[in-house]
Formats: sequence, C-alpha cells, structure tokens
Amino acid sequence: MHELAVTESILKIVLESAQKNKATAVTDITLTIGSLSSIVDDSVQFYWNYVSQGTICENAKLHFNRVRATLKCLDCDTTYSLIDDLTPCPSCGSINVIILSGEEFQVDHIEIIKEETNQDETTR
Amino acid sequence: MKQRVEIVKRIMDSNDRLAQNNQAVLYRNQVYGINLMASPGAGKTSVILETIKRLPATIKLGVIEGDTAPVTIDSDKIAAAGIPAVQINTGGECHLDANMIELALAQLPLEALNLIIVENVGNLICPAAFQLGTHANVLIASIPEGDDKPYKYPNIYRGLDVLLINKIDLSPYIDFRMDYFQQGVEMLNPGLKTFALSAKTGEGFDAWIAWLTDKIITK
Repeated sequence: MHELAVTESILKIVLESAQKNKATAVTDITLTIGSLSSIVDDSVQFYWNYVSQGTICENAKLHFNRVRATLKCLDCDTTYSLIDDLTPCPSCGSINVIILSGEEFQVDHIEIIKEETNQDETTR
Repeated sequence: MKQRVEIVKRIMDSNDRLAQNNQAVLYRNQVYGINLMASPGAGKTSVILETIKRLPATIKLGVIEGDTAPVTIDSDKIAAAGIPAVQINTGGECHLDANMIELALAQLPLEALNLIIVENVGNLICPAAFQLGTHANVLIASIPEGDDKPYKYPNIYRGLDVLLINKIDLSPYIDFRMDYFQQGVEMLNPGLKTFALSAKTGEGFDAWIAWLTDKIITK
C-alpha cells in the first residue's frame, strides 16, 4: 500500500498552497484520480484522517473525481471507455490503441477559509 | 471568508523532481541505471545473478537492494558474487522512492561503476508510481504468475522500457497464453522491448545481455 506516501504528498501540496493563500483552515480538497493509476480512495481517506491531524487541513473533506480510462483505436478511430478490464477496440478488435485518459493523479483545487482581510490593505 | 484555490498539481511531483536529481548524478558519473521491478518470486535476484555472470568483465556493476524487512538474503547473494551492494530496508514500505535511491547512490563508488541495478520491492502496484531516476524501468514477468497480469496491473506496464519474461523453461507445464499476454502489453505499451528468458537454464540471456551491454558507456 503506497497510499500513505501518496497521502503525505497530497498534504504537502495542499499545505503549501493553503499557506501561500494565508488560509486559516482547509475545508475541501478535490483530487482527480484516473482508474489506471491504481490508487484506492478508501486507503487515501483512511491515511488522510491520520496525517492531517494537527494541521489546518484537519477535518477537510476529500472529494475524489474518478476518471475512467478512455482509449482510442488508431485503426478505426473509435473512442471507448474501459468499464472494467483492458479490452481491445470494441468496433474492430484492434489492439492498436492509445490511452487518452485514466492516468491522472493530481490535486485539482481546495476550498479554504481566510480571515476577513482589511479592504484597504487588499486594494492598496 | 471562503475561497476556492486552483492547484492542479501532480501528486507525484516532488518524488519526480528528486528522481531527476538522481538521473543527473548517474549521468555525471556515466552510470547506466536500471530499476528492476517484479512481483515476489518472479526471479529478480536470480536474473541479477545470471546477468552479473554474463556481463563482460569490463562492466563494473553495483546493486541496490530494496526489501521491506531487515533481511539481507538478497544482498548477501549479490555481495557473494563480488559486487558492491547496498541494502535499503524500507521499513515495511511497499516500494522504493527517489529519496531512498539518493541515499543509496551516495554509498556506492559511482566513479568506478558503469551500471547500477536497483532491485525494487516485490510488488506490481506501488513501485510503478515512484520514478527513481534510473534510465530504464525493467519488469520481470514470470510465466507461473499467469498471462493476465498486464490486464490486472496496467499501470506498471505503462511506464516500462524493457520487459523480461522469465521462467520460459516452465512453458510446457503451465497454461500461459503468450499471445493473450502480449496483446495486453501491446495495448499498454506498443512496441515494448521484450526478452523471453530463463534465469535457470540461461536461455534467452544472450539477447538481453547484448541489449544491456549496448547501453553502457565503458569508461
């Protein structure tokens, strides 16, 4: 299970961005995870509760934006999604395919709480 | 005040940056690096030992051994073959990462070496996510594991530079559909350089050794 190392990496990215934006708390984190990236949501959630303790990310809600693997057949141009296992082109049976999506593994955006800033200060 | 902050950052980014540093160290020392991955029991150590035996004497090799527990069985075997070996005990972690390799590289006499083989932790999932900075990601798939592995572990096949199909001497005894296996590989990694071999009989090793020797810069 490499999800612990991965979750620590998520925390680092989120904390960096939150601090840069002077956040006092992070409430939501949206991740995009492709189905080919072999990451288990439940494990990330489990480790998240543990690694985020005592940080401004504690209690932040994780949102998983799951992206299904999409392949394109180079012989007949059919684009298809993988439901489960890897399969050849459903139209012509070719294995001459490329993977268009499904390998994403990134932090997309976060929702943060900021102290109300003084209007003068922000416009100055 | 609530605010949305766009990030869009790859989660493996910091590991990948460390991996680039490792690659720079290898380039600077003119050392070719291999990240050898496989499931437990696929024959990683046997393939390394057979490779050591067959490489030209001019090629000086070092080995980095990754294990999840403090056992030195594999590194002892390598050291017994007269090869400098560094053992990394991952402390239960299922993979090696670029940071561990950085520490291990510092313990090897790089200026005197031409080749480093990193024996990753036996696992088909986790090592795939962590680039180490080596030049080639090599996977050993052994026939007894079954012909469905590319379909079940697509991620590791995606990032490969070379595939070694090991234990081909067992072909007569095992239902392994080579065409089905290779169809999966072809979809994930078209034209992947593949060598079928047996670390037990030595069959198929000549082509692998020739490929490897060709990559190595002699100093």
